[in-house]
Amino acid sequence: MSAVPAKPDILVVDDERQIRRLLRITLEAAGYRVREAETGTLGLNEAAVQRPDAVILDLSLPDLSGLEILRRLREWSQIPVLILSVRSEEQDKIAALDAGADDYLSKPFSGGELLARMRVLLRRAQPAGEVSIVKFGDVEVDFAKRTVTRAGADMHLTMKEYALLRLLLQHRGKVVTHRQLLRDVWGPGHEADTHYLRVHMANLRKKLETAADKPVFLKTESGIGYRFLEIG
Amino acid sequence: MADPRPDPDALLASLKRAEVQSRRGQLKVFFGMCPGVGKTYAMLRAAQQELKDGVDLVVGIVETHGRAETEALLAGLPVIPRKQVEYRGTQLGEMDLEAILARRPKLVLVDEFAHTNAPGSRHPKRYQDVIELLDAGLDVFTTLNVQHLESRADAVRQITGATVHETLPDSVFELADQIELIDLPPETLLERLREGKVYLGERAAAAAEGFFKDTHLTALRELALRFVAERVDKRLRELRGAGAAKTVWRSGERLLVAVGPSPSSTQLVRWTRRMAAAQGAAWIAVSVENSRPLDAGAQRRVEQNLSLARELGAEVVVTHDDDVSEALVRVALQNNATQIVVGQSRNPPWLDLLHGGSLVTRLLRRSGPIDIYVVPAERAAEKARPWIDLQPALYSPLHEYGEVAALLAVLTLAAWFIVAYIGYIAVGLCYLLAVIALSLRVGRGPVFAAGVLSAVTWNFVFIPPLFTFVIAKFEDGMMFATYFAVALIAGQLTARIRAQERHERLREERATALFHLTQALSAARTLDDAVFAALRQADRIFGGQTALLFDATGGDALAPHFASSFTLTEKERGVADWAWRNRRKAGRFTDTLPSAEGFHVPLVREDKSVGVLVVCVSRETSLTLAQRDLAESFATQLALVVEREQLRAAGEREKLLAESEKLHRVLLDGVSHELKTPLSVLSAAAESIGTADTATRAKLASEIRTATRRLNRLVNNLLDQTRLESGALKPKLDWCDAHDLVNAAIDGVRDSLEGHPLETAVPDDMPLFRADTALMEQVIANLLLNAAHHTPAGTPIFLASGVDQPRERIFWTVADRGAGLPTAMRDRLFRKFQRGDAARAGGLGLGLSIIRGFVVAQGGEIVAGENPGGGAVFTVYLPFTPHGNVPSE
Repeated sequence: MSAVPAKPDILVVDDERQIRRLLRITLEAAGYRVREAETGTLGLNEAAVQRPDAVILDLSLPDLSGLEILRRLREWSQIPVLILSVRSEEQDKIAALDAGADDYLSKPFSGGELLARMRVLLRRAQPAGEVSIVKFGDVEVDFAKRTVTRAGADMHLTMKEYALLRLLLQHRGKVVTHRQLLRDVWGPGHEADTHYLRVHMANLRKKLETAADKPVFLKTESGIGYRFLEIG
Repeated sequence: MADPRPDPDALLASLKRAEVQSRRGQLKVFFGMCPGVGKTYAMLRAAQQELKDGVDLVVGIVETHGRAETEALLAGLPVIPRKQVEYRGTQLGEMDLEAILARRPKLVLVDEFAHTNAPGSRHPKRYQDVIELLDAGLDVFTTLNVQHLESRADAVRQITGATVHETLPDSVFELADQIELIDLPPETLLERLREGKVYLGERAAAAAEGFFKDTHLTALRELALRFVAERVDKRLRELRGAGAAKTVWRSGERLLVAVGPSPSSTQLVRWTRRMAAAQGAAWIAVSVENSRPLDAGAQRRVEQNLSLARELGAEVVVTHDDDVSEALVRVALQNNATQIVVGQSRNPPWLDLLHGGSLVTRLLRRSGPIDIYVVPAERAAEKARPWIDLQPALYSPLHEYGEVAALLAVLTLAAWFIVAYIGYIAVGLCYLLAVIALSLRVGRGPVFAAGVLSAVTWNFVFIPPLFTFVIAKFEDGMMFATYFAVALIAGQLTARIRAQERHERLREERATALFHLTQALSAARTLDDAVFAALRQADRIFGGQTALLFDATGGDALAPHFASSFTLTEKERGVADWAWRNRRKAGRFTDTLPSAEGFHVPLVREDKSVGVLVVCVSRETSLTLAQRDLAESFATQLALVVEREQLRAAGEREKLLAESEKLHRVLLDGVSHELKTPLSVLSAAAESIGTADTATRAKLASEIRTATRRLNRLVNNLLDQTRLESGALKPKLDWCDAHDLVNAAIDGVRDSLEGHPLETAVPDDMPLFRADTALMEQVIANLLLNAAHHTPAGTPIFLASGVDQPRERIFWTVADRGAGLPTAMRDRLFRKFQRGDAARAGGLGLGLSIIRGFVVAQGGEIVAGENPGGGAVFTVYLPFTPHGNVPSE
């Protein structure tokens, strides 16, 4: 775990007073400082003036669409953004992730989940130098040598499998959408070929997971993408 | 004409004219379409008449071009000698204006109004001389061709290709007090030309060949006629403007012209237009269809003639009758027409006789107070005609002629053997019988042939002297002649009866078509069925494509019914819209937007139009009047059905409303119960949690979690049901991995499955399949929950999937070991708000209804059944096609 500076600033943009209050209680209890904004415009102002360390953004605000807020925010800032959404906003959620949001949380959510996501986001915001070796389970990935070993033995990964794995590990703990994966690994024009992804991911799981049909690390985010889940 | 008072300017101009006229000479123009029509001749004849009446006249200048007829007319008229003008060494004879003015006759003849004077004359143009003469109070007769009119020069150049150098301003022509149109049919003119009776001038002789073409002449003629008609019209308006009561001037005449397929009909139309214009009368063009359909070319010519009439301002009426004269008189009476214009019959007299007199004779017999104009057809148009009326009569399939020949041959052979016993007269009777029998089977032509052939054979083979065409005895001659006449008349009579029969049959067919339609419509259960049946039948009957447009939303826009076989373009939509809004037929075969492809008939019910029926046949074919009538009957029937459907729908809505009210009550009861239970748990737990000890606190927190899960599920179910019912559910099909799906589904309901061992069987090599991940997850989760809810704790639940290869589908099965499905519920299992009796706790009974909705939305189906070892089985089938190749690199 990389070092988290004392009391990171978190900006909560949500029009529901009760949600803001609950988030404040949860986050403050976990040692964060919380700022609130109840509209998108206010949120953008607050983000510009206060330069928070992370933003929690509700997708359905009265004044601006979540997508619009993200677009404006991303014009000048790479602050990590966590999206809050309800189930019916599936498409908006994916669009927001593709537009640069870092992760999402569906309402209703649990406090534990929220804090775990926040930790990942904040850690990513402060990269602790290039990590050249990542270990999970009995697998070790050496980015410098481009090798993958499992229980000490060399695992042969195809180019695409390796590229997929690397992308997920670079964003470990964070969801990566189908679109992002397909574009990065197969190139633009393949964004709709989700079956490539399914097939290669199944192969990757067979090679790296203890039980391929019950993956522990390479998790599926239904309808959205994949996430490399860190243990601990 | 809102203002009954004369326009002051018009009045002034009129007065001016009157004032000028009082001291100015009168100008009369002999006006023609081109040189050679006989203007000069007519002028001289008029002059001779004037001379006879004692008018003091002189010939200012007349060009006879050495023509004997003209010179003869010139004789006896005092001529003012020409003034010789020298121009570049040539002597040119020009009119001596001074001499005429000095002589001061009452009337001067001045040929060639548009002539250009030789340089050095008083005026460069002859018309200026004429104006001076008029101003001096002298009357003038002059001649002019239409090509010399300034405003028409361009048109003439376009027609003939020849540039006109000598032109006359129209304003000068306006000075004319009287215009005499010298008209000559082009054929006559061409004849005169061939006979050398037309002077063309040295220069023009070469160009004349191109100029004097039949088509050119016809166009020039029309130009001249139209010009005069327009002028007459204008003068009439002027007078009317100056006078008081406008209505007094209305001629009250109304012309009706009969239009057929022949080219002479075109001329007839133009002629009528000129007449109508001259009389200031309205006119109607009438086409009469009979039961014998016209061939495509003829039909097209009729349409062309009608559209010409339409363009020229006629009202077009198409009617149906086997008797043209009767139809014409009927339409004339209906429309208050005072004059009927028909073309001269081109039939040979005997054919007219056969029809009970020529069209004109029959018209005259019926017309009563209506005037009949018979316009002779021009010769060029006549050529194609004589056979046209005969052809359909003689035209029959070749095999009918074969039949005739065969029967007569057999009869002749048979008679040959028995003639010795029965005598040749009896043989004749046998022939007669055969001819009459044949007339029942074959067409007019073959019957005619049979009559002739049998008569000839009889004469040749049986009537002595044998094997000659000679008839020796007078009685035999009489008998032969009688035979011939009887055979022909009998044949014709039978043929006529058959024609009537055919007509009857057509009507019968129409009645049958309507009957079938009515039957199909009453058998149809839904409006869509009815429309479908009607349109398919219409397709067949009209041999084209059809469409039906409705105002489906009750708003302000027509939308085509899905059963339409004709796709409307933007333009056709416009036509349909017009027909709908104006409740009148439009498009092809009508007066409104006739260039459209389709024939648009509004569906009218009691002043309200509920839609539009569009019939489209190919450009080459056309709909007969009877077919158009039928289309209208179809539209009427359809309108009835639509209205019936609308009434029914209104009733249905009422019923639905009542139904949904009941549902709402059930829903409200259920929802309030379902909401209140977890809410009371939450509120109680929240209150106690502050004071409870650590162990209790953990238990309370768990209760809160359960309650919120339940609430969440309830809200989701309600939302899903709403999405399904509002049609907002749009599945996003994507490649799904069965293992991922199972994991996600189980994750969502793990807590609720406690106490039920779950056995999953998903093959390792289960292929990817296309589905909406989120929906499928919920389908599986809900099936698992459903199983857990309806079975006793501890009983296992099975989840399996696989590929049903032969039927190209995949299946998902959820089975349990519970009590199975209650028989009573089988039918309404997948309906909403149905709760199983064994339902452990709550639920709105939406689960299965939502599952089914989701599955159907993804193109699949769900079936429920009995688990062979006891319990229930639900199986979901989804269509399956393997994904494309996945590159390994």
